[in-house]
Amino acid sequence: MSKRVTIDPITRIEGHLRIDVDVDGGHVNKAWSSGQMWRGVELILLGRDPRDAWAITQRICGVCTTVHAITSVRAVENALQMEVPLNAQYIRNLIILAHAVHDHIVHFYHLSALDWVDVTSALKADPDKTASLAESLSSWHLNGKHEMRKTAERLKNFVNGGQLGIFTNGYWGHPAMKLPPEVNLLAVAHYLQALEVQRKANKIVSILGSKTPHIQNVAVGGVANPIATDSQTVLTVERLMAIKGYIDELADFVKNVYLVDVAAVGAFYPEWTKIGAGVTNYLAVPDLPLDTKGTKFALPGGFIEGGNVGSYKPISKFGDEYWAKGVEESVKHSWYDYSKAAPLHPYKGETKPNYTDFKDDAKYSWLKSPTFYGKVAQVGPLARVLNMYAAGHEPTKKYATKTLETVSALAKTNVGLDAMHSTIGRHAARAISCAVQVDMLDDMWGKLVHNIGSGDTKTYNKPVFPKGEVMGVGFHEAPRGALSHWVVIDDGKIKNYQCVVPSTWNACPRNEKDEAGPYEASLMHTPIADAEKPLEVLRTIHSFDPCIACAIHLTDAENDTAISVKAV
Amino acid sequence: MRAVVLGIGNIILSDEGVGVRAVEAFEQRYRLPEDILAIDGGTSSMELIDELSDLDFLLVFDTIVAGKPPGTVVRLAGEEVPAFFRRKLSPHQISLSDLLASLEFLGQAPKDIVVLGVQPVTLELGMDLTEPVAARVPELVDMAVAEFAARGVQLAPHSAKAA
Repeated sequence: MSKRVTIDPITRIEGHLRIDVDVDGGHVNKAWSSGQMWRGVELILLGRDPRDAWAITQRICGVCTTVHAITSVRAVENALQMEVPLNAQYIRNLIILAHAVHDHIVHFYHLSALDWVDVTSALKADPDKTASLAESLSSWHLNGKHEMRKTAERLKNFVNGGQLGIFTNGYWGHPAMKLPPEVNLLAVAHYLQALEVQRKANKIVSILGSKTPHIQNVAVGGVANPIATDSQTVLTVERLMAIKGYIDELADFVKNVYLVDVAAVGAFYPEWTKIGAGVTNYLAVPDLPLDTKGTKFALPGGFIEGGNVGSYKPISKFGDEYWAKGVEESVKHSWYDYSKAAPLHPYKGETKPNYTDFKDDAKYSWLKSPTFYGKVAQVGPLARVLNMYAAGHEPTKKYATKTLETVSALAKTNVGLDAMHSTIGRHAARAISCAVQVDMLDDMWGKLVHNIGSGDTKTYNKPVFPKGEVMGVGFHEAPRGALSHWVVIDDGKIKNYQCVVPSTWNACPRNEKDEAGPYEASLMHTPIADAEKPLEVLRTIHSFDPCIACAIHLTDAENDTAISVKAV
Repeated sequence: MRAVVLGIGNIILSDEGVGVRAVEAFEQRYRLPEDILAIDGGTSSMELIDELSDLDFLLVFDTIVAGKPPGTVVRLAGEEVPAFFRRKLSPHQISLSDLLASLEFLGQAPKDIVVLGVQPVTLELGMDLTEPVAARVPELVDMAVAEFAARGVQLAPHSAKAA
């Protein structure tokens, strides 16, 4: 007899996501992913000036403000076939990278580590033994006895002060928690250090974006950062040097702490390299343009089918037809109506809500269901890393190999690339991606400084809107994966606007062919130790870094939304 | 005194944006000394940790869904504040409560927090506040100024001539 478990909402994420699973014989045998809020930002944009869309779309979500701003201007630039000055590309690339590094660090340490780390177990750890363990793993300067003793003390005071409850829904003492006390304490120490380090990434965004959390410097055609090496109010040598300092601190942490910790968690949870694969078609878009036209990129992207890196097919430029023609969205299982019963291309996309109740075999989500050439696809760091690996991207190969070697050494068994198709693999891929991106920050900084040094201070080309209709797509490999904005412009005004966001790809309901989306598929066969405390479900869902504020919108605030785990 | 005036909320969901609109009005009407920062926080969280560390005073403008008549101004202080964020009366408190928890753990939480908010008429999609909520924005600004005065900080309006 199967048992229905509803988790509503999934916590520690932005937006309101509900997951339902049927558990039979201790395993999940059916799963549903449902966005519980309505999305309609597209409707606000109709009739507006396309040059204003970025400022509005960056309000879709509190986590990814910069991401939507940049994708929006790229969509309009693509519609106008514009070139973007090199300095503007580099400055945008630096913002993209700093945001991604920030996002990945925060996701691992602050939004998902508590699925694996038992804070109460850390109380039992010997700080000195923790330090020896830490020092055997990496040369990070804050791994010593003093630091671990300080952390243990702080944790003890915190717990004794009765404040542990502020960590929402920790599954302390759950049977699926397997780290020894010392590893738990080490994770707590790095949790605190990560809180400090992530600030540096945000400072880079502040300096370049003029303001945080909502950047002000983006414009259709470039950026609004005047460059003058001798003025105090613009992008000066001093500010550039400050950015370089932050980059170096981030690189130290990502390579000597984050990558190592992920490998250690993987080594202590080897069973999780076999759980959570789900959809193994992987889609990623190329990013970090290195020329004015967007035909050369520092990070490659493309499509891999069935987990086979040999099937890699590249997406090679902004507006690439292989990309632009492949995307469709179905609403067969979503609370919308289309004017015809078939998936629609985003340029023809419609946003007409039609709420029914949660119907297992019919409509049950506010998210639409996107496909790439009719196929369901997973996006995000795992898709990014596998596509970059398939494209022969050297930095990716280097960090992927290094991470797998560390896991293999710690687990005393050979762990290969296949282990990446899993829940823990998504965490590993995020760390690998983060290491690549932190190196790219340094590289992009060098390119910007060199270009300014060569006398180029141009940052903006003025957009010109033609009479009649034009359309364009902007894409961006955001922290959570392939993000695209699709705009139709008529006589200089927005006629249609659709956002196909990473969490729509991953958290989508079943599609036109009734195939499960990536979240849903990834939960199949997951072992559940205690249906009242479905920690295992959270582990896999959190591994995607769910953030669905942009996939959907609007919350029913009157409801008591404290987590309800219903087992019926 | 190191202080932050933080407006939170989503300006594309009509009255959900009242916190942001209030902080904008506050900045437009008053000249702020260097150690008082006004921030349009939108719906973000961890991005704000640097600005919100080690504050003597944090004043938050927000939408407050408290079952009161629409347009009612609500003030929360002291023990009510963590409870407010935990009970999820605010649609985006998941992030701010986690941020405050992190600051607590670091030993860098604000020493004093006050939340000033308005009960919304609607949280539907839209760029504008409804009339009853928009009408309360000047009052929120006045209340914020009074909060600072109560803590010994007299804020001066921008010069009337400059307007």
